[in-house]
Amino acid sequence: MRPSRKDHSRKAVWAVRIGGGLAGLAGGVAIAAMVAGTVWAQQLVADLSSHLIAITTGFTGTEVVLFGTTDGAGDVAIVVTGPRGPVTVRRKERIAGIWLNARSVRFEQVPSFYMVATNRPLDQFVTKPVLERHQIGLPNLQLGPREQLAPEQLALFRSALIRNKQRAGLYGITLGQVSFLGERLFRTNIFFPANVPTGLYNVEAMLIREGEVVSAQTTPLVVSKVGFSAEVFDFARNQPVFYGVAAVIGAIAAGWLAGAAFRRV
Amino acid sequence: MQVYLPIAEMSVNALLVLGMGGLVGFLSGMFGVGGGFLMTPLLIFIGVPPAVAVGTQANQLVAASVSGVLAHWRRGNVDVKLGIVMLLGGMVGTVVGVWIFALLQRIGQIDVAITLAYVFFLGTIGAMMLVESSRALIRRRAPTAKRGKLHRHIWLHGLPLKMRFQRSKLYISALLPAGIGAVGGMLVAIMGIGGGFLLVPAMIYLLNMPTGLVAGTSLFQIIFTTAMATLLQAATNQTVDAMLALLLLVGGVIGAQFGTKAGGKLRGEQARLLLAALVVAVALKLAVDLVVEPDDLFTISTRIS
Repeated sequence: MRPSRKDHSRKAVWAVRIGGGLAGLAGGVAIAAMVAGTVWAQQLVADLSSHLIAITTGFTGTEVVLFGTTDGAGDVAIVVTGPRGPVTVRRKERIAGIWLNARSVRFEQVPSFYMVATNRPLDQFVTKPVLERHQIGLPNLQLGPREQLAPEQLALFRSALIRNKQRAGLYGITLGQVSFLGERLFRTNIFFPANVPTGLYNVEAMLIREGEVVSAQTTPLVVSKVGFSAEVFDFARNQPVFYGVAAVIGAIAAGWLAGAAFRRV
Repeated sequence: MQVYLPIAEMSVNALLVLGMGGLVGFLSGMFGVGGGFLMTPLLIFIGVPPAVAVGTQANQLVAASVSGVLAHWRRGNVDVKLGIVMLLGGMVGTVVGVWIFALLQRIGQIDVAITLAYVFFLGTIGAMMLVESSRALIRRRAPTAKRGKLHRHIWLHGLPLKMRFQRSKLYISALLPAGIGAVGGMLVAIMGIGGGFLLVPAMIYLLNMPTGLVAGTSLFQIIFTTAMATLLQAATNQTVDAMLALLLLVGGVIGAQFGTKAGGKLRGEQARLLLAALVVAVALKLAVDLVVEPDDLFTISTRIS
């Protein structure tokens, strides 16, 4: 599992390097137009300015541009979803004067990252059932709670989860803006903060006409640690005992060095 | 300058962390304590997950205590035999501590447990030090010539497994230093501190050890308990961030050098009074956090449990 993902990200690194010169929007649109030319039957074509977000030692967050074309009028919704996994939500209660974690609910299918961007407010062009079916927008996100709880209790934990994720900058607080250039070209900027979780992301672009999703395209996006921080992380995960030994030896050496260096000071 | 911490999975300002390391190093150099009790809350305060703060702090303390022991070693202020006996207890304590840590992490009470442990230990020790050092300051003004007995015999000294420690001129049960070591080991694992602030008074008052040997000997055994805690935390909880430890280390080493010089200008009781005030202040701050209603009652954790 792991090596294959690594391979993928390596390839992506090369793809990014090769495509680096074309990263500008104009170049990107040219590619999109070319792709659109070959698969002309598709009503919507979209791509990202980069398919790899490389978390290096100096990573402070980054922005990825999504751009594309449609074959005519219509609204566009972009949904960015990070890898799904379990999240435990705990509620503090005052017990003997101290705030302790008491009740907890585990959600099994929580996206680690979630952003939505549209060209105008969702309720103006699409109905609730469609939003639910495609999980567009935070209220329609399926999180897969494990416990059986009263609906109002569950809603409380659910909104707390979303609130916490929003505070961490991992869930969008507002809808992102998709801007149209003319009638067919569109683009949007997606921001990934410094604490963006790693893994395989899905960027879904949907074309909506008369309240129905008529065309959708999913583009993968890899968020991966690269370089030194990746090596440290992999080392710590794959060989925890050796990592610990290395950390101790490093610390002893550093302490010794410091003691010797400042001996005369 | 932002630096990405691979295990904490967050980006921090390198200068801020270096500065924190330097400040804590300064204070530890000045007062002769490890400073872990200040660093862990500071790390948590800037957003490092408590578990990572504790694990990383243990790693950083290995380096700090190695360089500390070197200075004491040169002056012959380390009782190796007593240190090894303490260490045996310390090993057991560390294993138990890491196990308790993992258990608390699983049931989701680790943050509260760490804070509670801090409030309890810092509050108690700090208050005791505050009383003792202010009394000493007052006594200096009106000196009374009453000299205590060299050795007080309490029930603790009647324990079996007596051993002779030539360096410290002690003939005591090996269970005593081992027990003190065990408590120290648990503190390292759960709180991410060397435990010097607890070990030093325990060695002075319970073992009646010569004061000159206490600091070196306690640091000697702290090297091993923190090394072991680092190893165990890395292996079982994967919470040791080498990058963060490195940053803290560099700041700490430099700060400690200036701290030691500044400490030389302070009188013993004054230094102890200041340290006590600092310890009590940290304990109070943490205690307030425990009882004040948090902004958001809900927290989330993605760690697989």
